[in-house]
Amino acid sequence: MVLKVMSANQAIAEAVKLANPNVIPVYPITPQTTISEYLAKFVADGDIKAEYIRVESEHSAISACLGASGTGVRVFTATSSQGLALMHEIIFAAAGLRAPIVMADANRALSAPLSIWNDQQDSISERDSGWMQIYAENGQEALDSILISYRVSEDKKVLLPSMVCIDGFILTHTVEPVDVPGKEDVDKFLPLYKPDHAYLDPKRPMSIGTFTDPNYYMEARHDMEVALEGAKKVITKANSEFAEIFGRKYDFVEKYRSDDADIILVAMGSICSSIKDVVDELRDKGEKVGLVRVRVFRPFPTDEIYEAIKGASKIGVLDKNVSFSIGGVLHNEIKAKMDVDAYGFIVGLGGRDIKPEHIKEIIEKTKNPTTQSQWIGLNKEDI
Amino acid sequence: MVSVGAAVKEPGSTRKNKTGSWRTFKPILDKEKCIECENCIMFCPEGCINNDYDIDYDYCKGCGICEEECPVKAIKMERE
Repeated sequence: MVLKVMSANQAIAEAVKLANPNVIPVYPITPQTTISEYLAKFVADGDIKAEYIRVESEHSAISACLGASGTGVRVFTATSSQGLALMHEIIFAAAGLRAPIVMADANRALSAPLSIWNDQQDSISERDSGWMQIYAENGQEALDSILISYRVSEDKKVLLPSMVCIDGFILTHTVEPVDVPGKEDVDKFLPLYKPDHAYLDPKRPMSIGTFTDPNYYMEARHDMEVALEGAKKVITKANSEFAEIFGRKYDFVEKYRSDDADIILVAMGSICSSIKDVVDELRDKGEKVGLVRVRVFRPFPTDEIYEAIKGASKIGVLDKNVSFSIGGVLHNEIKAKMDVDAYGFIVGLGGRDIKPEHIKEIIEKTKNPTTQSQWIGLNKEDI
Repeated sequence: MVSVGAAVKEPGSTRKNKTGSWRTFKPILDKEKCIECENCIMFCPEGCINNDYDIDYDYCKGCGICEEECPVKAIKMERE
């Protein structure tokens, strides 16, 4: 194994090189931009045998992805924030047409006020689209998640697109050691994409993207629900085969010192690295705290989260997003699906730092709750 | 049965989709009153009335244009 120092953006580009999609339509946007730059270089250098389409917007990027996927080839794109919002229409179409597109989203706040900094509102707002969503904690996981996503998305039992979410700047622009796997191992894990469900071929004419009347639409949407639920088995199998070949084991959730914990925090993405440090510090002082990191957000791993948190007396859920007037989305989904004593904390919107003292404050407020949901890290003098 | 992604894999299969199910009002032609002027045939936007003045209810969506255009009121729209 050779570790190379790189950003999560470069790690994702390296993963795309290994997966070798045939068509890459990308529109650059901060903080995703270097993904599009690395991929342009790889294609120009002949390292990826792909058509790199310089589209004029994100709406066109995902449209070109969907069109290319409709011809039966592997595709990739990447975006962030406003770009993902501009894709919104085709995001739903891609899932409905069962196109196994894989996309990276560099998580960034949505306007207004305009912000280029990190939170997870952009991808969380696409949660109902039918796409699978993985939230990576670091560059290595970002790389590995791209490979796993292709494998799961292209599975005949699934055929739904995947979004790999990495926190803007925190992951996209910081470097850390990443193991870039060998091509032979990747080929073993991720064979060539051979579509058979729907693709445009003059020898086998068919219509894709057709109009449906009320006799058909609901069945098509129900099929997506069944497929996304069924994806859990496919993800489990992909995770175990990935571990066999590459030695890194992923799951729907990651449990960190949570087995005997009395207070458990639940969160997604890079903040979990900071939480792990705080958990270690408090464990050293004898406090029974732990972390459960939700890695796969769609399909929503209800059973896996519940198994991981049910032993705790109280749960604190961190959300870098807000559904106004009801609170953080992950908190609400946990409350909706599980009978647990969980409290929600809105943190880190628009790049607001989440410091160890904030995490300690959240743990204290989880122990002694005063309200179901609250915002942490607000500048007090401004409100 | 919907295929994966609602792809239509059989060319020319549109006719299998019986759009008459959209109809709320059904045109009933009284052939005794009919003067065979062909107005209804020409005005029907779906081409659902043939030269024998038979109405194809598989595809008639019940728009009522035939009733409107019939000069002798031989067509009545009746609730399904």
